[in-house]
Amino acid sequence: MQFQHTTLANGLAVIAECDDDAYSTALGFFVQTGARDETDAVAGVSHFLEHMVFKGTPTRSADDVNREFDEMGADYNAFTSEESTVYHAAVLPEFQTRTVELLADILRPSLRQEDFDTEKKVIIEEIRMYDDQPPFGADDQCRAAFFKGHPLGRSVLGTATTVGALPVEEMRRYFQERYCPSNITLVGAGRIDFSRLVDAAERACGGWTPSQSTRTLPGSSGQEGFQLLHKESATQEYLIEMAAAPSATDPDRYAAKLLSTIVGDDSGSRLYWELVDPGRAEHAVLHYYGYHGAGAFFTFLSCDPDQAEENVKSVLQVYRRVESDGVSEAELDQAKSKVQSRLVLGSERPRGRLFVVGSHWTYRREYRSVRDDLDALCAVTTEDIRRVLKRHPLSRTMSYLVGPLKSMQTPA
Amino acid sequence: MALYSRFLAEVDLKQTFYSHTFTNGLTLVGEAMPALESAAFTLLIPAGCAFDPAKRGGLSTLTCEMSLRGSGERDSRKFVEDLENLGLQRSESVSVAHTAFSGATLAANLPAALGIYVDLLRRPHFPAEQLDSGRMVAIQELRSIEDDPAHKVMLELRRRHYPDPWGRPSEGEMEGLETISINEVQDFHRRYYRPNGAILGVAGKIDWPRIRDLVGDLLGDWPGSIPPEPMTVAAGAKIEHLAHESNQTQIGIAFESVPFRHPDYFQATGAVGVLSGGMSSRLFTEVREKRGLCYSVYASYHTLKDRASVLCYAGTSADRAQETLDVTLGELRRLALGIEPHELDRLKARVKTALIMQQESSSSRSGSIAREWHHLGRVRTVEEIGRKVDELSCDSINRYIAAHPPGDFTVVTLGPQPLQIAA
Repeated sequence: MQFQHTTLANGLAVIAECDDDAYSTALGFFVQTGARDETDAVAGVSHFLEHMVFKGTPTRSADDVNREFDEMGADYNAFTSEESTVYHAAVLPEFQTRTVELLADILRPSLRQEDFDTEKKVIIEEIRMYDDQPPFGADDQCRAAFFKGHPLGRSVLGTATTVGALPVEEMRRYFQERYCPSNITLVGAGRIDFSRLVDAAERACGGWTPSQSTRTLPGSSGQEGFQLLHKESATQEYLIEMAAAPSATDPDRYAAKLLSTIVGDDSGSRLYWELVDPGRAEHAVLHYYGYHGAGAFFTFLSCDPDQAEENVKSVLQVYRRVESDGVSEAELDQAKSKVQSRLVLGSERPRGRLFVVGSHWTYRREYRSVRDDLDALCAVTTEDIRRVLKRHPLSRTMSYLVGPLKSMQTPA
Repeated sequence: MALYSRFLAEVDLKQTFYSHTFTNGLTLVGEAMPALESAAFTLLIPAGCAFDPAKRGGLSTLTCEMSLRGSGERDSRKFVEDLENLGLQRSESVSVAHTAFSGATLAANLPAALGIYVDLLRRPHFPAEQLDSGRMVAIQELRSIEDDPAHKVMLELRRRHYPDPWGRPSEGEMEGLETISINEVQDFHRRYYRPNGAILGVAGKIDWPRIRDLVGDLLGDWPGSIPPEPMTVAAGAKIEHLAHESNQTQIGIAFESVPFRHPDYFQATGAVGVLSGGMSSRLFTEVREKRGLCYSVYASYHTLKDRASVLCYAGTSADRAQETLDVTLGELRRLALGIEPHELDRLKARVKTALIMQQESSSSRSGSIAREWHHLGRVRTVEEIGRKVDELSCDSINRYIAAHPPGDFTVVTLGPQPLQIAA
């Protein structure tokens, strides 16, 4: 396992964790742009643009793009989050150069009006699909309320209205600004020939015009509140909560991850024993996400509407108890075993490593091996967890409850 | 041609398989993957929901849930804690034919994890005071289907396409779940959790003689039983609309295929790959890319031991659902005109990549070898499968399609309005 990196003259970074024993090669272009970089006028453009990137270039039609990926037997896709847009493919090593060339070409898309109009329909179908799956929508509302006025409060998908009204010229402008070489990292993992990777990147991306793009990083401590959203057609009741957490660059992120595992992993956690094991809730989990300059703990609970009021109270009690009493050594050890094992298992595939290596680099401009991350997890103490809880109390939440319930007492 | 032989010569993909069938009928099948740090297991118990008795739909699922609530010297909490301290990533699921328990962890922890699962098989507590909790877990899962219309339409499609019990959803029925007693759970376990017909697949960094001896010591004297086979009853209506208040209409279409062990398996799944594999496949191109009708559209191959089908899905706004159904059915029928050489080339490339990449995951392999054993009674090497795929030709796939043209569709729709099915 060897880490290598370089930066092209125009600012595009090329990094790779090379493993000569791997069977496959994972490659990805990580573009540092997402919902947080949008304005109201272009809400949802990052995700829409991600779809448009597959729609062809001056030298390739959309059919060509799909066909060429499939000719290599590539396992490929893309995703958009609040902070990044990632285009990735896992291939057999013989296709390393061809994959870089294809991914690089589509990252300079034509953005043709006709394709834009057709794809807009697909995006609106995607939004409508989620709309039929409660609690979709409530998560965006909770995020907006929690991050009130902060860029991280923006929705990735946007709404059928904002996406419907978006003109192609706005997307082209957004693309020019955000897809500049200094905002993009080419990441490789698995069987990688690094010098050939750099050569291919130089040939395919070296001619991209350099420019600057910036991202504002205001702080956020998160808002508190409680909202009940009535949705008659839902069967189950859903609770979505957000609380402040360490950012992606905070050394306490490892402790935050272990804390969320102890309190709200989908198995063997405090929420699990309190709510899921007794059959009071279908799901009751707590996740941790670190962002640039901010972080959040997310609670997700789904249950029978009749039990929602009592369950919401129980979640709050679980959070208050851990804030006052901390966690035990045994709980911490169990969480470490779990998280470390997941890390090792997830790292066996190059496409698993791709996202970890890419994420370390885009957030912190650093390389961390599996061993580095295992050691960092191992070093977390119950005292670290106590400190995280003190700085970021789990009980200080923005809460949204959505489902058939028409009224509920606010938990105190 | 000979894509695989060339590639395999380059990567030197050595596969080492083992198998051992104990006198009670339990088969242990293993694949050594010494390059990995992990090891995984998949345990298939012939206790699927096909065996749920009348009016007790969900008994297999509730039995699986209750089996996790303590066994041997462990109560339910200790069971979970001990497995988590071993770093085991576990899952359990019920299908029509099997109840499956699987897990993956660092290789050194596999024997200890297997030991805990042996208690689950042989010494479960089934605590009566936890039955209502287990029941509520199963009921919550059943209720949650209502909030996921895309999932629901595919469950209802399978239920209608296959003769009962082969299309049943494992989530069961509210009526059954509400009435099941602890005695019924114990009885189901006693009858159906048995070694004859059970398969344990292990893969990863394994020490075969040690695993074989361990499993022999722990399960070699596990007594078998011969429960009756379920009665197969003809399927119901083939065309059905389920009224549902939603933005989108969900469309499920099924037609018959040949099962895994059939000599034409590669031809049958090859045809499905042309319809729906990769973004250049026919359904994605025609329904989504050209017309923008859907976000999600696919066809997938689904096999049981003696029967199989192709299950297709599309979800779209109610006002465009008729067009989506027409275009999708049109593509299924057009398959009868045959496939093109460039489609076959892409199909082969995709299958080849997937085969090689499976070798990077012990979980993936433990599941594959257990399922292969279930269907074939043996495990094939990547090389053997590769040779079969190399031999595929447009002619052979087209001959298969001509003999089994997509038709006699089962169609289930879920949404605000019913749709018309063009002849």
